[in-house]
Amino acid sequence: MTTPDPEFRTDRRALAARLGMILPAHCLLVDDEDLRPYECDGLTAYRELPLAVCLPENEGQVIDVLRTCHQLGVPVVARGAGTGLSGGAMPHAQGVVLSLARFNRILQVDRNSRTAIVQPGVRNLAVSEAAAPHGLYYAPDPSSQIACTLGGNVAENSGGVHCLKYGLTVHNVLRIRVVSIEGEVFEIGSAAPDAPGYDLLALLIGSEGMLGVVTEVTVKLVPKPELAQVVMASFDDVAKAGDAVAAIIAAGIIPAGLEMMDKPATAAVEPYVKAGYDLDAAAILLCEADGTPEEVAEEIARVTEVLTASGARDIRVSQSEAERLRFWAGRKAAFPAVGRITPDYYCMDGTIPRKRLAEMLSAITEMEKKYGLRCANVFHAGDGNLHPLIMYDAAKPGEWERAEAFGAEILELSVALGGSITGEHGVGIEKINQMCVQYKTPELEAFRRIKAAFDETGLLNPGKAVPSLHRCAEYGRMHVHHGDVKFPELERF
Amino acid sequence: MTLDHLVTAIRSAHDSHTPLRIRGAGSKDFYGGMLAGEVLDVSAYRGIVAYEPTELYITAKGGTPLAQIEAALAEKGQMLACEPPHFGGATVGGCVAAGLSGPRRQQAGAVRDFVLGAKLIDGTGQVLDFGGQVMKNVAGYDVSRLLAGSMGTLGVLAEVTLKVLPKPVAEQTLVFELDEHAALARLNQWGGQPLPVSASFWHAGRLWLRLSGARAAVDAARDKLGGALAVDAEKHWISVREQTHPAFSTPVLWRLALPSTAPSPGLDDLRAIEWGGALRWFAGEAGERHDAVRGVAARLGGHAVLYRAPESLRCLEGTFAPLSPPLLALHRRLKKSFDPRGILNPGRLYAEF
Repeated sequence: MTTPDPEFRTDRRALAARLGMILPAHCLLVDDEDLRPYECDGLTAYRELPLAVCLPENEGQVIDVLRTCHQLGVPVVARGAGTGLSGGAMPHAQGVVLSLARFNRILQVDRNSRTAIVQPGVRNLAVSEAAAPHGLYYAPDPSSQIACTLGGNVAENSGGVHCLKYGLTVHNVLRIRVVSIEGEVFEIGSAAPDAPGYDLLALLIGSEGMLGVVTEVTVKLVPKPELAQVVMASFDDVAKAGDAVAAIIAAGIIPAGLEMMDKPATAAVEPYVKAGYDLDAAAILLCEADGTPEEVAEEIARVTEVLTASGARDIRVSQSEAERLRFWAGRKAAFPAVGRITPDYYCMDGTIPRKRLAEMLSAITEMEKKYGLRCANVFHAGDGNLHPLIMYDAAKPGEWERAEAFGAEILELSVALGGSITGEHGVGIEKINQMCVQYKTPELEAFRRIKAAFDETGLLNPGKAVPSLHRCAEYGRMHVHHGDVKFPELERF
Repeated sequence: MTLDHLVTAIRSAHDSHTPLRIRGAGSKDFYGGMLAGEVLDVSAYRGIVAYEPTELYITAKGGTPLAQIEAALAEKGQMLACEPPHFGGATVGGCVAAGLSGPRRQQAGAVRDFVLGAKLIDGTGQVLDFGGQVMKNVAGYDVSRLLAGSMGTLGVLAEVTLKVLPKPVAEQTLVFELDEHAALARLNQWGGQPLPVSASFWHAGRLWLRLSGARAAVDAARDKLGGALAVDAEKHWISVREQTHPAFSTPVLWRLALPSTAPSPGLDDLRAIEWGGALRWFAGEAGERHDAVRGVAARLGGHAVLYRAPESLRCLEGTFAPLSPPLLALHRRLKKSFDPRGILNPGRLYAEF
C-alpha cells in the first residue's frame, strides 16, 4: 500500500541491541510475530511492519528511546490505542513504534480546580469515570472513547458529538508535558488560563505525533449537566433537514449535540440497536439540550418549534434517560452497524459549511453510481463534519481502489465547497494527497518549517500529515487530465 | 488599502532589513515590550469580508474595528463570546495578535478558542492562508490559533475568521459582600456546579457575578445563589472589560494568571479578581522586586504579566514572564521560520526576538 521511504535505512540488529540496553526485555518487541499487532491502526487498509516496538513504563525510558533513535537516525511513530482512522499511527518500515500504552495512570483528579492530570495512555472514557464522583466529566467524546487514549486525542485534536457546545480537545486541554526528538523535556500550558509566549498548545494539539511525544496531560473537567434530553425529528427530504440545522442556529440555540443520519445509515442501524428510528424518513436529526431542568425545558420547546417550522414530519422527545441513551445508541453504533452489512467500509471525515450539505449529499449519491459502491452518511450536523461510510469488499479485486477514489473525491469536493479534508480524524497517511488540494505550496512550506523547528531531523512520524512538495507535484500530474479542473462549476474560495 | 500595499511594504522592509512596528488602532501600545521600528499602519485595510450567522463565523480584514464587527453581529443577535477589550478603537487584527479576552472568558473561552482561520503575511511578504471557516478542521498544524497572543511577531494578520455565538437570551448580575478569601472559595465552589456564571469581578470586598443563558436557568441560579441584584450591570461589565473601573487605575498594574484555586499570592495591593479566581490584578510599585512577583506567580502554578507600566520599566523588566531555555530556543526557531530577518515587531513579545 505504501511506497518505501529511501530517506531512512536502519540497521535492524544494531537498533535492537541499542534498545535492549535501555529497555527491560518486557518493554521491547522485535520479533515479527510480536510486531504484527502494531502494523496498522484503525485504518486497516494501510499496513507496515516496524523494526521494533518500544513499550516504555516511565518518562526516563521515553527520553532514552528518543535519544537513541535521534542518534541512530531512526524514525519514531508514537502510538496510543491505535484507534485512529487516518493511519497516523501506521508504523514506518525503517522505524520504531513508541507505544504509550503503559502510561495508563490517572495521576490526579482535583475537584476544586476541576482539572485532572493523566498519563497519555489513559482511555478517554476513564477520565470521565474518574471525575464522575465529583459531578464532573471530560467533555470531548470521540466515538472510540471506550478505547482511545488522551495522548492520541491530543495528537489528533479529537472531537465527538458534543463539540459544538463544549469544544474540541484543543479547548479542553490545559497543559502537556512533551519530550522532543532530542530527548529534551518541556511543559506547555498550565492550569492557569494562559501561559507566557506563543500558544504552543494550539500547535502541538492535532500535530499528529510530528512535533513531540506527550508524556502527561492536564485536562479541564466540566460540571455534569443536571439533565439532558434529546429531540428526534424525521424529514422526508435531506435538504429540509439541513435547513432545519441552520434554522436552529439562527434561532440562537447552540445544542449540546446536533447529529444527522441519512436513510441508508438508519436502515443499517435500526435492526442492530432498535433505537426506534423512523425508517421511512430521508434523514433524521438528533438534537440534545442539556443544563438545568428549567433550561432544558425551555430549549426543547424552542427546538421543537423550529423543527416544526422547518417541516419535520415527526418529532419525538426522549422521556427518560433510558430513552435518551437509546436514541443516541443508534448514532453511536453507526460505524459497527454499517460494518455488519458490508465486509468492509471506509469512513471519511470532511467538513463543509452546513448550508452546502444537500449539495454534498446529492453529489455523493452520484458518486455511488459512478464508483458502483454504496454509502451511508452520518453527520455531526452542528459543526458541519460529515462521515460518509463507503461500503466495499476488500476481497473483490478493485473495490478498495474504487472506495479510495470515491473517498478522495468526497474530500476534494469538501475543499471546493469551502470546507476541509478532515474535521477530527487527522490527515495521517490517508489524506496526505488531499493536503495538496487544501493547501498551496507556501502553506505547505510553512508547515515544513514548523516541523523543522521542533524536529530538524524529521524523525518523528515521517511521511505523515504534511506532504512533500514532490508528492504534491506527482499527485497534481495524476489528477489534472487534459487540463480539466475538478468541479469547474463551483466558485473557489 | 489593498493586500498588495501591505505585501509590498513588508517585502521592501524584508529586503532592506528594516524593522516594522505593526499598528492597528494603537489601542494596545501600552502592552508588551518596546515599540521599535517603522510604523506599518494596517488600520486602512479594513472591512467585513464575510459574515454567515447560521455558519457561526465572521471573516474580517485585520484593520476592521471590533466595534464595527460587534455592531454587525448584534444585528443578528450574535457576539464575540471572548468579549475582547476595545481600549478605544481596537481592531480585530490587534485583538487576535494581543490575545486579550474579557470577562466572558471564564465561561466561553479565550480569543484563541474562537480563531478559525487567518490570512497572514509573513516576514518575507508571503501571503499564507491557514485554517478556514468551518468549526472543525485538523488538516495541517493549527497556525491560526498560534497567532493569538503572538503580538505580531510571526506576521501581519491581514484577515481573520472568528467563530461567533448567539447572545444569551437572559443576563443578570448579582452582588455579594465578601472578602478576598471568601470570594475565592465561593467562586471555586460555584465553578464546580452547573451554573450559568458568565463573568465574575471582585474588588474591595464586593463580588459581582454575571449569570447568562436561558431565562429559566438564570432565574433558577439567581434564586439559588441569593445576593443583591446589581444596578447598571451592563455599564459595570464594560468598565471591567475596558479597565475604566477604578480598580485598574494605578500606574503599575500586574496581571497574574493562576489556577483558580490558588491561594492569595500574598502581594500587597490586590485590586481585582476575575475569571472565577483565575485572574488577579495587583498594583505594583516602581522599583519593587519584579522577580519576586514572577516567582510567586510561578510557585502558584501560573505567571505574571507586567500589564501596565511606564515604558522604561517595561523595557527594563520585560512584560512577560521569561521562558525556560528550551522553550526560548523553540520560540526563536518558530519566529525565524515565519520572519527570518526578524523585522516584525522585534522585542514586542520578548527582548530576545
